[in-house]
Amino acid sequence: MIPELGHFSLIVALLLAVVQGTLPLVGAQTGNASLMAVARPAALGQLAFIGLAFASLAYAFLTNDFSVKNVASNSFSQLPPVYRLTATWGSHEGSMLLWVLMLAGWTAALTVLSRRLPAQTRARVLGVLGLVSVGFLAFVVATSNPFERLLPPPADGRDLNPLLQDAGMILHPPMLYMGYVGFSVSFAFALAALLDGRLDAAWARWARPWTTVAWVFLTVGIALGSWWAYRELGWGGWWFWDPTENASLMPWLAGTALIHSLAVAERRGQLLAWTLFLSIATFAMSLLGTFLIRSGVLSSVHAFANDPARGLFILALLAVVIGGSLLLYAWRFPRGGAPEAFGWVSRESLLVANNALLLAALATVMLGTLYPLFLDALGFGKVSVGPPYFDAVFVPLFAPLLFLVAVGPLTPWRQGSAATLAHRMRWAFVGALVLAVAVPLAQGDIRPLAALGVFLGAWILFGVVVGLAQAPSRGSGLRTLPRGYWGMQVAHAGLAVMVLGITLVSNYQSERDVRMDVGDHVDLAGHRFVFKGATGHPGPNYVADRATVEVTTPGGGSFVLYPEKRKYNATGAGMTEAAVRTGVLGDLYVSLGEHLGGKAWSVRVYHKPFVGWLWAGGALMALGGLLAASDRRYRRAPAPAEAPA
Amino acid sequence: MKRWLPFAAFTVLLAFLFAGLWLDPREVPSPFIGKPAPAFTLPVLERPGQTFSPAQARGEPWLLNVWAPWCRTCRKEHPFLMQLAASGVRLYGLNWQDQAREAAALLAEIGNPYVLNAVDQDGRAGIDWGVTGVPETFLIDADGVVRAKHSGPLSERVWNRKFAPLLQGKGS
Amino acid sequence: MSGLRRWGVPLALLVTSAVAVEAPPNADDPALERRLLALTADLRCVVCQNESLAESRAPLAKDLRQEVRDLMRQGRTDPEVVEYLTARYGDFVLYRPPFKPVTYLLWIGPALFLGAGGIAWFLAIRRRQCRTAADRILDGDSGTDPPLS
Repeated sequence: MIPELGHFSLIVALLLAVVQGTLPLVGAQTGNASLMAVARPAALGQLAFIGLAFASLAYAFLTNDFSVKNVASNSFSQLPPVYRLTATWGSHEGSMLLWVLMLAGWTAALTVLSRRLPAQTRARVLGVLGLVSVGFLAFVVATSNPFERLLPPPADGRDLNPLLQDAGMILHPPMLYMGYVGFSVSFAFALAALLDGRLDAAWARWARPWTTVAWVFLTVGIALGSWWAYRELGWGGWWFWDPTENASLMPWLAGTALIHSLAVAERRGQLLAWTLFLSIATFAMSLLGTFLIRSGVLSSVHAFANDPARGLFILALLAVVIGGSLLLYAWRFPRGGAPEAFGWVSRESLLVANNALLLAALATVMLGTLYPLFLDALGFGKVSVGPPYFDAVFVPLFAPLLFLVAVGPLTPWRQGSAATLAHRMRWAFVGALVLAVAVPLAQGDIRPLAALGVFLGAWILFGVVVGLAQAPSRGSGLRTLPRGYWGMQVAHAGLAVMVLGITLVSNYQSERDVRMDVGDHVDLAGHRFVFKGATGHPGPNYVADRATVEVTTPGGGSFVLYPEKRKYNATGAGMTEAAVRTGVLGDLYVSLGEHLGGKAWSVRVYHKPFVGWLWAGGALMALGGLLAASDRRYRRAPAPAEAPA
Repeated sequence: MKRWLPFAAFTVLLAFLFAGLWLDPREVPSPFIGKPAPAFTLPVLERPGQTFSPAQARGEPWLLNVWAPWCRTCRKEHPFLMQLAASGVRLYGLNWQDQAREAAALLAEIGNPYVLNAVDQDGRAGIDWGVTGVPETFLIDADGVVRAKHSGPLSERVWNRKFAPLLQGKGS
Repeated sequence: MSGLRRWGVPLALLVTSAVAVEAPPNADDPALERRLLALTADLRCVVCQNESLAESRAPLAKDLRQEVRDLMRQGRTDPEVVEYLTARYGDFVLYRPPFKPVTYLLWIGPALFLGAGGIAWFLAIRRRQCRTAADRILDGDSGTDPPLS
């Protein structure tokens, strides 16, 4: 009964989406207030019904209803309750349901938080979101019904993929989808402006906080995915340039360019047409990512089961949504205000450079990800494009960008002076150089790439310090600095921390791959690891061989790690659960290999210096974004007839 | 003019993505197509003491079917292989990585469509042929040149699409 | 000498040496193994196609790693090992795409994008400066620029 209720709710939601996607747009075009007012109840109704559908699926999982095919394929009676809940979005169908739920959530938030938008604009934004929702709900109902029954129901399920049975699974997909879907809001604002035929700084001001929050979620989602891979895959890697990862990186690069472009659009009323285009492009990247993951066009360890019918549907969705928007863009090519000049050295100029570099990086990632497809489609055979390629090309693209990150916030709008900047940053430069030599030296040896990475990270951090130190001299104390300013500095600092983490762990990690018998020890990075043997250890839905490893630190302290090798009851699938000791200066990572007979096991120990800075940096970036989005000026009612600041 | 650039570029991208739906990114193409079949000398399953090399099969086109007793998908293609053999196709088997030596018993039970089976116990010959898994089937022509490779089970559809046209072209 | 004292020291040595051993490396030749891992990290596993040959736990991957080990022991160089594998599995097995006519665009692309971005930046700034200068001329301004704050 409940699954059928869920299915029915989805269909009702689809109908409401159709209403939301048509009437308000007609109303905005004709100036009909009552049609425009339909948007709000339609959006809230959609959220209610999709929420009901989602709750039905979650209920089916929590109560082990194996007559629902999705539950039978992804759950198991012994699966701990929290993972039974997360299994709701562990499959293609379930994750699409999560997607439409998020979309309904963002739309509902917009209806509540956008009272100050002009009615016409609001109706158009909600109308566009309604149309997007129609597309995705139709996709779910037509090709990806999560409520399909399996009769007669099996006695038990096939269990959730062991790799997904982890804390990362609880948050990574929801955060990621909040980001992907959140960019549909800035997309809707862009289309509303094209339909309105009016584009000004006020539009940028409305769109900006929504876009920033979407970016925050995407950042968190990607960081969580990386952290989860690090802990779950057994050997401490954190980024593989896998097509699915690239599918999330592409909207992130576009979104980062967008939030910076919006800064110019909001503050100076410039680059409006470009920002509008970028809004469409960023959501296009979200949709492209969805297509790549679910169509089977690229092979990925992450991809869901492939179904050409689904691939075709999403491609059609992509074609209609983005093709339609780009047609609209070409037809109603927006004319922003009169272009104002700004200097070669100015905040605007540096933000344009930021966009140029980020888009070059985006184009590169897209090129590398899709190249195998391009060649194969043209009949030129198959090539593989993997980490060696991306690692080689990404650094030269990102290094100049990182250099500019320190300079940008210190550069005034309209016209700055290179000489003044150089003077202000002289100590930051020297300090960064010193650290670029000292830190690698402290780690072992000076490598060019390590020195470069440390220089850039330190350079940005010192730039933040310079910015904060010199702000009071401009007449306002630190405490009166607007949140937007703090957000920028914190986010940039987060980026620097991440760069430092990536640089140091990539260059200075070490490992030992040894055969250990009871009592044997191995030394790594000043720590001694003593193997105390392995014993059987049952888990809720698996049995494990759990090893005990005593670790002594150089300082004399000690702790114990318990790496496991698990075998899951439902499928017999095996998995290595590494034991990780996290520290500010680095992680110690122990992974159990094979049983070598008797009491001996093959064991891998890793030292990963500063790897935690990767995710700490990501968290800081997200915090910075939240600070920026919650700036008071977005919550204040705008003064009438507002000129670009 | 530049207002149309994004739409144009997007259309090109769409065309490629559309084409991509009909391709299989997981298929590893064989570098041996159009090249002489890699050589090996392996014991014959059905006739202990004898060995087989690809050169011995020259004169007419033949198939090399890589399979293993523990491979479930191979069982699925087995009925079709029996049909092929019955219709006169020269089917040779490469018994791949059969550590438990179950091949003979299995064939006795379900039927043997092969002219003979070469036993590749350690998988070395498989590596030399670029085998990535089982089942895989190669078509070799009368002069010993590899003409086609299929990864995955053989079926009527695959046969008609991939192998039959090549065989007809050579007028077997 | 009592029995314990006679045998005590050798026994003690025997016991302690059996217990507190520095764990030996898993590989017979760690230096070769390091070379193996470095080389196979850039090769694609043809079975689990989204793992490198170094990481993959697929049986064929293990066999191929052993094959590479044997080739290295025979004295083959890294390029020769790669050649051995691409002769059998094609360019598909290379995670670092070769620099061939068919991949020129792939390798040169990023530089092109960077160049295009630079040109776009340059033009964007210059266009505004020229335009506003032209506007000023058309407006009949005196010719002294107002101070840009």
